[in-house]
Order: sequence, then C-alpha cells, then structure tokens
Amino acid sequence: MTVIYVDNNATTKVAPEVLEAMMPYFSDFYGNPSSMHSFGGNVAGAIKTARENVAHLIGAAPSEIVFTSCGTESDGTAIRAAIESYPDKRHVVTSRVEHPAIKNLYESLSKKGYRTTFVPVDDKGRLDLDYLYNSLSEDTAVVSLMWGNNETGVLFPIEEISREIKDRGILFHTDAVQAVGKIPINVSESGIDMLSLSGHKFHAPKGIGALYIRKGTKFSPFMIGGHQESGRRGGTENTAAIIGLGKAAEIAAEHLKNDGYAAVSRLRDKLEHNLLEKVPNAMVNGDPTSRLPNTTSIAFEYVEGEAILLMMNEHGICASSGSACTSGSLEPSHVLRAMGVPFTAAHGSIRFSLSRYNAEDEIDVIIETLPPIIERLRELSPFWKQAMEG
Amino acid sequence: MWEYTDKVKDHFLNPRNVGIIEDADGVGEVGSIACGDALTFYFKLDENGKIKDATFQTFGCASAIASSSALTEMVKGKTLEEAKSITNEDIAEYLGGLPKEKMHCSVMGRDALEKAISCYLDEPEKEVEGEIVCECFGVTDREIERVVRENHVSTIEDVTDYVKAGGGCGNCHDRIQEIIDTILGKDKPVPKKAPALTNLQKIKLIEESIEREINPTLKKDAGRLELIDVDGNRVLVRLGGSCASCAKSPVTLKHYVESKLRELVAPDLVVEEVQ
Repeated sequence: MTVIYVDNNATTKVAPEVLEAMMPYFSDFYGNPSSMHSFGGNVAGAIKTARENVAHLIGAAPSEIVFTSCGTESDGTAIRAAIESYPDKRHVVTSRVEHPAIKNLYESLSKKGYRTTFVPVDDKGRLDLDYLYNSLSEDTAVVSLMWGNNETGVLFPIEEISREIKDRGILFHTDAVQAVGKIPINVSESGIDMLSLSGHKFHAPKGIGALYIRKGTKFSPFMIGGHQESGRRGGTENTAAIIGLGKAAEIAAEHLKNDGYAAVSRLRDKLEHNLLEKVPNAMVNGDPTSRLPNTTSIAFEYVEGEAILLMMNEHGICASSGSACTSGSLEPSHVLRAMGVPFTAAHGSIRFSLSRYNAEDEIDVIIETLPPIIERLRELSPFWKQAMEG
Repeated sequence: MWEYTDKVKDHFLNPRNVGIIEDADGVGEVGSIACGDALTFYFKLDENGKIKDATFQTFGCASAIASSSALTEMVKGKTLEEAKSITNEDIAEYLGGLPKEKMHCSVMGRDALEKAISCYLDEPEKEVEGEIVCECFGVTDREIERVVRENHVSTIEDVTDYVKAGGGCGNCHDRIQEIIDTILGKDKPVPKKAPALTNLQKIKLIEESIEREINPTLKKDAGRLELIDVDGNRVLVRLGGSCASCAKSPVTLKHYVESKLRELVAPDLVVEEVQ
C-alpha cells in the first residue's frame, strides 16, 4: 500500500539531497572538528558552512547560532539561561497553547516557586495581546511564545510582540520549530533574543536542532563541557546531522525565496475546501487568515479522532489528531481546550500537515477517502442521529 | 500507535450488530461526548428468556467500538442471568486483550450491559452510588473500589486506565491512593509501640492519641474528650460537648476510646470516666 504522508508537523522525510550531503560524514570524514590536524579541520570547515546556511535562513549572523540536539533542548536551554541570567526575577510568561517542551517546563518552574503567566487565546487561537502586555512587570525574566502552533498552524505576531517587549529588560524567546523553513523569518529586524528550531521539521534528520541567541544576550550554557559552540554548548558535534541541517536550511531558503510554499498552501486549501464541502458538521480550528501554509486542523463533529485516524490508516493515509484517545491521555488537546473548541468537535479533530513532497493526486485520494469514513463512523455514533433530529 | 490485536481491529473495521432495536427489551446508555466515549446497548429476548438480538451504537475510539461489538456477540443466546456474569475482563479477553490504557472501554461495555438489564428488570434508575471522587469524569468511590477489587489493580495509573478517574486535573490522586490502600489492606501504618513506656512517655502518647486520633473523630458528632489523669493503667477522662449528654457515651468510651488507646499506646489500658 502506498503511503500518503500528511503528518509533516510531527516529522518530515529527510530530503534526498540532505541525506547525500550527510553520508560522507558518517564514513570518510569522521574527524573531530576540534582536532588540530586538517583531517578534523576540514569537518570544522563544513560545519562553518552549515552554520552560515542556518543563520541565513532566519536572518541571523553565523556566530548567533548554537547547534543543539533538538527543539526541546533549544527551548530548555533558552528558558534556563534566561532565568539564570536574571536570578532576582521570579516571573515567567508564555501562552496556553505551547508545545509540551515549553508547557511542561513552565509547569515545573511554577512548582519551583516561579510566578507563571499562561496568556490565553481566543476561539480562533489568537493570542490575547492586552493580557500579555498587562502581565509584564519588572519582575518578568522571560517571555516565550511559539511562532506557529503545531496543532492548528495559527501564527502569533511574534515580530510585533518582540518589538513591543524589547527595551523592557525582559528576554524574548520564540519556539519557532514549526515556522522555520515554512515562512520567511528575519530575526535581525525583530526584537527576538532567542529562537528555537528543529531540523526534522524541515527535511533534516531527527536529533539536530539549533538555538539562535542574539549577540549581546546574557547567556549561560545548559550543557557545560568543552569549548564547542564557543562554550555555549559542550559536547562533540553531531557532525553529519549538522551538515544535514545546513543543507536542509539552504534548500528551505531557496524554496521560500521562490515562493515554493504557494504550491503547498494551494494543496492545503484544496484539501480543506473539499472536505468542508463534502462533510457536513465540519469546521476549521484556528484563524484561517494567519496560519502556517501547510497546516489545517479540521473538526468533524460527533466522531472520535482515533477511529478516524485508524480508518485512514487502512488506506495508507497518515495524519494526526487532537483527540484524547490517540495520546493516551483522557482529555482532548490543551490547545483545542484553550481555544474553547466544544467537546463535540475537539474529540474529532484531525490535523493534516503537508510538505513540498505531497502531490495533488494524494490530496485527491484523501478527499475521496475521508468523507465515507466520517459517514460510517457517524452511523455508528449514538449522537449523530440525535443531533440531526435536533 | 496502539498495539491492537487482530480481533480488535476486525471488530473495529467490521463491527457486528450496529444499530438500534426499536422494540428493545432493555437499553443501557453510558458515557458522554465530553468524556470522549459513549455507548448505547440494546437487547431483545426470545420466548425462553434468552437474548435473541443485541445491537449497539458507539462514539469513541477503535477499542470502544470493538468492545461494544464484542459485547453484542458475547451476550447472544445467553439468559439474563448468564449475561449478568460477563465481566469487563471477559470482554477484553474475547478481543484477545486490550492495551492497558484502553481497559476503560471494556468497563464501559460491562456498565452498559448492567444498565440494560436493570432497565429490563425495571429496577429504579440507580442513584449515583457513593461519593464523587474524580470531578473531571464523574467517578465515585464505589466505582473505584469495584475496579480495584475486581481487576486487581494497584496503582492510580491503573485506576485511570480502567475507569478514567484521575485522568483529568489530577486533584483526586490522593483520594484514589487512599481507596487503593484501604482495599489492599495497606491502611496507614500504626505507629510502633515502644516496648516499655516510662510514665511520662505513656502520658504524652495518650495525650497525643486523644488529640490526633480520638477527638477529630468525636468532633464529627460534636463531642470531645478531655484527659484528666493517668493512674497506672487507668486513664481518667471527662466527656464534653454532645458526648456529655449522650446515652451512648459509655459504649463510645469502651468500644472506641479504650480500644483506640490500647491499639496506639498500650494493650492493658482501662478507660474510666470521671465527672
């Protein structure tokens, strides 16, 4: 059975060019970039190029990029550095719809006695900016807000917020794991102090991420060790993965420059439009006017997400769900709950996240396959007939 | 991704007996859309009192649908008496097992069956029995006690997997632990008695026991106990509050106060009331 992969916010395929660029660093060029011999030194040169490519993708200087092992490490490093740099400040701010990498970190800070503010969102997933600005005080150490939401794709106005917060003596971090490579980003024109990105969300392998740290930002390392990454992250470099991340960044920058995401968003819109038209009682979660170009979260009322996913799985279609059952927890996703999506819809929410590797005929297959699945599950559901009869 | 058995997949992808029986003899509804799963179960009896037909409608995940489908197959041809004996474990076993986190689906099946039978027997709609422990999913202490007894589960996580209690905000975790401990006989450890108490230690311990254990209990009936003196093994007390005028207070003294002090302090104590 052919696989139709529309779960790219979970992870992406490693681009063939990326894999090709990496291969020699597993076999021939295995030197340590810190070594004094040129066998190792050549690897250091390749890492330098990779760093330049990653910096270029987000409008940073190469010296502002620190390679990490993943998005979660970048997030954790940023927040810990911020609170260590301002030991007298005891207040930290984030939103109610963050990825667990930030959400659970903030909850642990709260248990350690930090005052934590979780800024609410409206029914479209848009951040309450007044609430955010009113929460800030001289005691605030760091504000961390995600750029693009992993479940709904909703974009927060990160550049605007960062400029607003700048000059208040508060560090601003953004978890841009879902946004990098999908939308144009230029940190130099913003007030962003730190930005997290993750390779496997844009066709680099898993196990590699980066943290942008604006020049002059107070910082203390999370991983203390050797002088790697200019002392900002100890540990021998994951050389092949870094080379892969650099290549993926180079391709992504090229893609964005040529408006390559217009094709992705056209397919996304086609999928969304057709599903909404064919399936009654279906609606989009999140603000359709400010979203990642590849993501749509659609709620199918009166059916349960895991059942939908497993029936799609029978047709080789890979998506994901905000329902409770899929995660092993018993409540639907905190993102949908924060948006006030009713239970009738939250349990039946499916996320489709596309990539440049999706072809139009794949989207057509989903449009053909999914409506009968929903219809079948609704026939099974005791609520559907009740709802239809009012 | 869940590891479902082939039988679960089969009953999910090809559910048996879906639908409504218009003239059903018994109907049982459990769950809600807010909880994420719900099941309506119908059955019809033949002239010999055996289940002739059983159908279901389910909103929920694959294992909820499969458990419902399995239940309808399992009850067919059974008398109500026989059907009554089906446990949630039986449903899970019929399906070749369920992931631990999904056991609540089989519990839902059993509950719907029980409700449908009660409906047929025209038993009054059961009031919610016991006290609500888990506010998020509306689970009572009775339901938790039952799952601990019948499924031999021993952790909060297990309880959540079977009846969902504790799967939301987590505020009820302490209470769930207490219920588990009580049933599994792990009541609060009794403080170890020192082998030989000095008089001073004995008096202190009696005082403490009255303050910490006895008075909080008596307080529920607006009573209280005051320690007057300790003379050898004789503990002289005065009853106050509503105990002073209560006809049952001698019983309370002997059966509760004395046995509690014997348990906590020394086995040879005698409690006497002084005016």
